[in-house]
Amino acid sequence: MINYVYQLTSPQFFSVKYEDIDINKKVIIRPRYMSICHADQRYYQGNRDLKVMREKLPMALIHECCGQVVMDKTGHFKPGQQVVMIPNSPQRDLEGNIPEESTYYENYRPGTKFLSSGVDGFMREFVDIEPDRVIPFENIPMQTAAITEFVSVACHAVTRLQRISHKERGNIAIWGDGALAFVVACVLRSKMPKTKIYVIGKNQRKLSRFSFVTKTFLTYNIPKDLQVDHSFECVGGEGALDAINDMIEFIKPQGSMVLMGVSENKVAINTRLVLEKGITIIGCSRSGRADFESAIKLMETQRIRRRLSSIIYEDAPVRTFDDMHRAFADDLNTPFKTVFEWKA
Amino acid sequence: MVFGAILAGGSGTRMHISNMPKQFLPLDDKPIIIHTLEKMLMCSKIDVIYIGVNPAWLGYMSDLLEKYELDFDDKIVLTPGGKNRNDTIFNIINEIEKKYGEDEENIIVTHDAVRPFVTLRILDENIENAKTYGACDTVISAVDTIVMSKDHEQIDSIPDRTMMYQGQTPQTFKINLIKNLYKQLKPSEKNILTDACKICVMKGAPVKLVKGNSSNIKITTISDYKIAQVIVGGNIAELEEEKQ
Repeated sequence: MINYVYQLTSPQFFSVKYEDIDINKKVIIRPRYMSICHADQRYYQGNRDLKVMREKLPMALIHECCGQVVMDKTGHFKPGQQVVMIPNSPQRDLEGNIPEESTYYENYRPGTKFLSSGVDGFMREFVDIEPDRVIPFENIPMQTAAITEFVSVACHAVTRLQRISHKERGNIAIWGDGALAFVVACVLRSKMPKTKIYVIGKNQRKLSRFSFVTKTFLTYNIPKDLQVDHSFECVGGEGALDAINDMIEFIKPQGSMVLMGVSENKVAINTRLVLEKGITIIGCSRSGRADFESAIKLMETQRIRRRLSSIIYEDAPVRTFDDMHRAFADDLNTPFKTVFEWKA
Repeated sequence: MVFGAILAGGSGTRMHISNMPKQFLPLDDKPIIIHTLEKMLMCSKIDVIYIGVNPAWLGYMSDLLEKYELDFDDKIVLTPGGKNRNDTIFNIINEIEKKYGEDEENIIVTHDAVRPFVTLRILDENIENAKTYGACDTVISAVDTIVMSKDHEQIDSIPDRTMMYQGQTPQTFKINLIKNLYKQLKPSEKNILTDACKICVMKGAPVKLVKGNSSNIKITTISDYKIAQVIVGGNIAELEEEKQ
């Protein structure tokens, strides 16, 4: 079958790649709802390094997506079944299996490819994908299921903190007031119900959405005596510098800091204080199958689903190139996550 | 129910590069008709797909289905094609009604076997519009100016381009509607039919336009075939060798 792959060829310029796919070997999925990640937006706007852009484009964007199975001759799924797709593709052995690895998570293994970062993402007419990269779900609206990958990254970050950090979990602070901070707060609230959660941001209007956390603070108004056991950085970009240095200042000795925001530039941080306090820094930006399963389980809870849906802005459906440009333009003006129905 | 109808009744070898009908020529590494059929199979709104094939090529087509693992007895049915496009369509309609009976809501999505670049969006929008309006045609806006000449020597008129469209397929109808309109046509009217939508137009039945796609090309000439090969990344050199 000739499949349409909608690739970004240069900033703000889409083109179609026509690709013959074998419908007999993998699961064939029709993407239904997609969500725009900051990483996609950076490619679309051309805000990545020119050398990186040259290496990675042309490429289909979007790695947050849910869809419906159209055909599966591998025998794992039924036509019509609702699924989310895992955008990372670890290296396989000669039999096509993903080797069991105890040291490295699948998303950090050498040779792992990530869709919409070097290989084509989900902006395609159909997605042909290995059955172990597909997770079924029920009773979650498609608009919410579209952000499963995003939620799974938060699940991964919280799991990493739980495994690596010391056991004091009295209070945890999240720097950032955007969608990532919101989702990390949701996951923390669910996985560590007794822990006090503080969110520190720059925008009071955005902070007011965090109704389920213990307290929110504006960055210029953090209590001087605040001391947290651990913290998450969900800022990225230019703001990462101040956020990370504040985190170093307000963390208790031997605390763990999880860095999740992406910065194009190198960030100067107070290493002297990192050494003095014996701080552990953990980097997280991606997730694997176990995190997706965990995210789906969380989203099956009505309360969490409702919470997540409050940060989703559903844009008009996308059928044409003009619609694709509109969705990326609208995303710049929405404070949280932009989701759209895929009809191209 | 919604029925797909792939029209592959022709035996034409106009391309002069092969002794087989063009729908069986390879595009990348599969016959054109297999690409078309696979795309139609992806449309979950279509319940059963009929393929109208020239009787001389029925066995060949049946082997292709087996080769490409598409031999689903319940979903794909081969039917002998007629002497022209509309004959093939009505052969398929007869077969459908023999097996499933008549139903006011039954819809037929007719599509050229040699348009393998059709998209799911076009198929979906055809079915939605046929349900609402009874009939629809896939079109794209005319890019070139259309010139009318009755004597093929001089221009009679140049119609306003903004009102001109180029017809593609699918063309989709409620089966009862197209059948009843066709019955009302005189033999002389039937003779001048070039496509199925014209049956509706001649009898004043509304036909809704569905936005097609400029890539939804019909592979009928050697240059169409070359273009199609290039856009799927196929090998033109092999094609040239075969031609020699």
